[in-house]
Amino acid sequence: MEQEMMNQEMMNQEMLLQKLMELDFIAVDLGLYLNTHPTETEAINAYNQIIEAADTLRIKYERLYGPLCSFRSYAADTQNWQWKNNPWPWEAIANPSLAGKECR
Amino acid sequence: MFIFEKKLEFPIKITKPDARLAKIMLEQYGGGDGEWGAAMRYLSQRFTMVTPEAKATLNDIATEELAHEEMMGTIFYQLTRGLTKQQIIDAGLDAYYVNHGLGVYPCSAAGVPFSASALQSKGDPISDLYEDLAADAAHL
Repeated sequence: MEQEMMNQEMMNQEMLLQKLMELDFIAVDLGLYLNTHPTETEAINAYNQIIEAADTLRIKYERLYGPLCSFRSYAADTQNWQWKNNPWPWEAIANPSLAGKECR
Repeated sequence: MFIFEKKLEFPIKITKPDARLAKIMLEQYGGGDGEWGAAMRYLSQRFTMVTPEAKATLNDIATEELAHEEMMGTIFYQLTRGLTKQQIIDAGLDAYYVNHGLGVYPCSAAGVPFSASALQSKGDPISDLYEDLAADAAHL
């Protein structure tokens, strides 16, 4: 039972992280696009919408699972500096699985 | 100024080690036209770029190349977890291994250490942009 709850918790974290990664990826690309298309209001509005959605998710993720940004995120736990905690992004366990979601 | 984000730009979750693929992936990490090279190239060239559009682009793609560098290092790192001695030898990763173990070192697939001699920054926007095309668009 406890193991099942732990698995469920990992699944939630993974889904939240994947969603945030998707939004941030869109934001990066829209930003690059806007650098060379600076007067396209539609793209600027889309950019703002994505930033707002990503911010909302980031705050939620950080409250539940710890800080994501160096010197920008709050340290929720004042007894223990969470930033240093494992896993770091290069560990497989820190990454959502895209198995079965390949482009065809 | 740069802010580090404790996540990859795109998720990498490798389930099976592969020494041969790891060796090939090194080229995109520390090869002449790899991600370190791209990041360093754009980070250096942006200072003398001339238009706001081009400055913003070089600045932001340099930043993104750093995220790619992190992804390539991650790919090598994950591909080399749990390799056996025989797998390292069979894939020809032994020459790398004798120097670096399974540490992630910026060199090409052939083992040449990364060098800034592989890139340019000329202070001339046209020269720099052509150099970028040669380095980064060649493998598009």
